[in-house]
Amino acid sequence: MIEVRNLVKYYGDHMAVDHLNFTIQKGQIYGFLGPNGAGKSTTMNIMTGYLGATEGQILINGHDILAEPYKAKRDIGYLPEQPPLYMDMTVLEYLKFVAALKLIDKSIKSAQLDQVISLVRLEPVKNRLIKNLSKGYRQRVGLAGALIGFPEIIILDEPTVGLDPQQIIEIRQLIRGLAKDHTVILSSHILSEVREVCDHIMIIYQGKLVASDTPENLEQKMQGNETIELLVKGSPRGYFLDILQKRASSAPPGQHPDHSGGYFPGAHLFRVLPEQ
Amino acid sequence: MRAIYKRELDSYFHSMIGYVFIAFFLAFTGVYFMAYNLNYGYPIFSYVLSSLVFILLIAIPVLTMKSFSEDRKSRTDQLLLTAPVSLGQIVMGKYLAMETVYLIPSLVFCLYPLVIKMQGNAYLLTDYCGILMFFLMGCVFISIGMFLSSLTESQIIAAISSFGVLLVLYLWDGILGFLPSSALLNLIILLVLLSLVSVLVWHITGNLVIAGVLELFFLAAGIIVYAVDSSLYENLLPDVLGKLDLTAPLTDVVASSLLDTGSIILYLSVIGLFIFLTMQSIQKRRWS
Repeated sequence: MIEVRNLVKYYGDHMAVDHLNFTIQKGQIYGFLGPNGAGKSTTMNIMTGYLGATEGQILINGHDILAEPYKAKRDIGYLPEQPPLYMDMTVLEYLKFVAALKLIDKSIKSAQLDQVISLVRLEPVKNRLIKNLSKGYRQRVGLAGALIGFPEIIILDEPTVGLDPQQIIEIRQLIRGLAKDHTVILSSHILSEVREVCDHIMIIYQGKLVASDTPENLEQKMQGNETIELLVKGSPRGYFLDILQKRASSAPPGQHPDHSGGYFPGAHLFRVLPEQ
Repeated sequence: MRAIYKRELDSYFHSMIGYVFIAFFLAFTGVYFMAYNLNYGYPIFSYVLSSLVFILLIAIPVLTMKSFSEDRKSRTDQLLLTAPVSLGQIVMGKYLAMETVYLIPSLVFCLYPLVIKMQGNAYLLTDYCGILMFFLMGCVFISIGMFLSSLTESQIIAAISSFGVLLVLYLWDGILGFLPSSALLNLIILLVLLSLVSVLVWHITGNLVIAGVLELFFLAAGIIVYAVDSSLYENLLPDVLGKLDLTAPLTDVVASSLLDTGSIILYLSVIGLFIFLTMQSIQKRRWS
């Protein structure tokens, strides 16, 4: 569906995306997870054809986004970090413009506009100017714009940022609903959000893909990796080691205490480490 | 392209800009028309147009300033560039929308010669040729303003820089008057300009050898030609640059009822050049 091959992007001397490779399969929700500045938005901007890559290739349904932009872009709906809205238009005017821009056939245009408006629940504000709308509604208008034409792939860059909890729940439900017929890619820096919504998580850090798996598998991998550090002062160290060893034997297998000596005078540091 | 054209055109009339632009233009046209044609009884409307060129310098930047800078600031360029339309279609859609707004006062101009005709003798052919040249000149200015708007996020900077560039074009003839006519000075200025080209080549390619060879070639060619026939250099720069005087074609129509097809080709080429440059400046931003 989407193939990203060896993607590199430099901004001047700064490397924003560092040899990224991944494939996205149909009908799932993918989550890009990473701290701010990890390269999530840049990757999305390149995938949608807004920016050019320094190196590498992106294939959308087999079409190169640079060589065949028409065919590739028709399959994508994109909601950037800041929704690209014309403030001087009403919601309906804006959505009509987006539909015309995406070359939606006239015969199905109005039916589709109604469908999108009811899906994103824009009915009450559809004749209001976008500049008079609240942030939550603006985000929804942007989302509606991305949904017009019901493209196979929907890419959402931090779709819930700045929304109140009620709106966040609504948007998440909406995204879940979309996954039935679409492939959705969303980015976030909030772990719980990605874990709740996505079928597959890709963790990006400093432009590199550091992990890519289902939330369950990632959790499994992480399990048992917790380290407990104890700094103990005062008593002879053998006494504590004994206690810890006794506790460790009753703890789940795979954990054992490790005595790493004192960093402070008269203090002893113990670590309970996984057995790996 | 139609969607973008329609949206841009609507946006000029959703905000006040379109109305203000047209009203500003027509108000000054009325003032000059009253003064020259009605009051002094001069029967040629094109004369009014040559005075209106200065109004064009102020009005065109107002029209063009937001064309690309606003999209960049509000991030709506992301919508346009990720939609299945080509960059050429985006630029042409916006350009044609601005031309359409500018066409409205130009069509109103077509009525004035008829008003003159009602009062007696009129020179309709001269006047309509004048309106055509005035319209084309405005289109050239719009393409320049659009290019400058694509370079910046700030509408103010776009407007002021457009005004500055248009002012230089307006004063072009006067500025050229300061250029020397002697052969030697023309040679020196030419060599300095060509050296700048070599430096530019060096900067772009990073290759000192190519730039050095180019510079030596320029120097040798310039000096050899000078040695063979120095009269070639007399008045060279004023002559060549004078050909690029964008207000001259309108002056020709007004002063001597002369319409030169060469000047129409010049206008169309400049428009093409700046549309191309606009596309390149947007591409550059996507790739850097």
